[in-house]
Amino acid sequence: MPKVRTKDLIDEFQFELVSGAEGIHRPITTSDLSRPGIEMAGYFAYYPAERVQLLGMTELSFFERLTPVEKRLRMEKLCTDITPAIIVSRGLEVPKELIEASEKKEVPVMRSTMKTTRLASRLTNYLESKLAPTTAVHGVLVDVYGVGVLITGKSGVGKSETALELVKRGHRLVADDCVEIRQEDENLLIGSAPELIEHLLEIRGLGIINVMTLFGAGAVRPHKRISLVIDLELWDPNKQYDRLGLEEEKVKIIDTEVTKLTIPVRPGRNLAVIIEVAAMNFRLKRMGVNAAEEFSARLADAIGDAEHDYE
Amino acid sequence: MQKTFKVTAESGIHARPATMLVQTASKFDSDIQLEYNGKKVNLKSIMGVMSLGIPQGAQITISAEGSDAADAINALTETLSKEGLAE
Repeated sequence: MPKVRTKDLIDEFQFELVSGAEGIHRPITTSDLSRPGIEMAGYFAYYPAERVQLLGMTELSFFERLTPVEKRLRMEKLCTDITPAIIVSRGLEVPKELIEASEKKEVPVMRSTMKTTRLASRLTNYLESKLAPTTAVHGVLVDVYGVGVLITGKSGVGKSETALELVKRGHRLVADDCVEIRQEDENLLIGSAPELIEHLLEIRGLGIINVMTLFGAGAVRPHKRISLVIDLELWDPNKQYDRLGLEEEKVKIIDTEVTKLTIPVRPGRNLAVIIEVAAMNFRLKRMGVNAAEEFSARLADAIGDAEHDYE
Repeated sequence: MQKTFKVTAESGIHARPATMLVQTASKFDSDIQLEYNGKKVNLKSIMGVMSLGIPQGAQITISAEGSDAADAINALTETLSKEGLAE
């Protein structure tokens, strides 16, 4: 199923649909745009027909200088079966040759009052976020002190219960049980809830609860950048857990590496507090304060000093 | 291993039937996934299953991986047909 269609552009940017209304369900498959200047001059060898085409002042003023036959031919070549949209910027007049060709090939021609460069950057941003690679992860996404924390772990380990306690402590729920993740940019993962289960938490024994109506609008948020993954697992006595915090483990989601902490779960461990502290510690590290490294340096100094005593 | 079904229940995979499926799936150790419309969720997660909003007539694929994958698929097939959900 295509993620974006020409119709979505019209809705998003309030374009005026000039012609080719039959084609508004065409899929847009790339966030790249094309300004077909060289094509206006007749060179179609590398014409990227699958892109959204932008016609600005430059292209149209050149087009005006062509002969009527050239005008008709160029516009016919511009409108192909796969061209998702042709957009005329600056509210310029749409050439009648373009309208004729687009009606024939059912290519939607739209008009915007924006300037071409501005239009191009806004279109690129919109298309990149819509066409970004996505995945769904089994886990809970919570905003803790402004850090997007993705809590993962097997079913029944207590992810939702931990999220509930975090919400109770004033943090915000983004998604429970199923987090849709988009990689909007390099190293930028945005998580959100599937529409059907937005604001909901499932707590065993209680059932489904609505966090927004229970705790208020401040207890939820629609999406959040994922900065930290916390994996909860049942305490395994044979496994070595991180005692120092000197090494950082990473996990790969789509193409982005995210810091991952593995927290063993045992009755009586207050996971919400641990996650709060993990989030604060993560922020502190980002600000350049690393308790584990500072301690390690202090220990090395102390050992160095002690060595002198034995020399 | 995996198996594809067609949803026959009139109200699709609604809340209650979703619970039945999740309960069946949770009995097994294998990783069990449910795929519909290009989206894949953990079949042991009730919210995940319900987030898909699977209607009547939909094609769904259940895949299991692990030591008891075959048993899991068989049990889920039985639940689906017993509840009149899918075939």
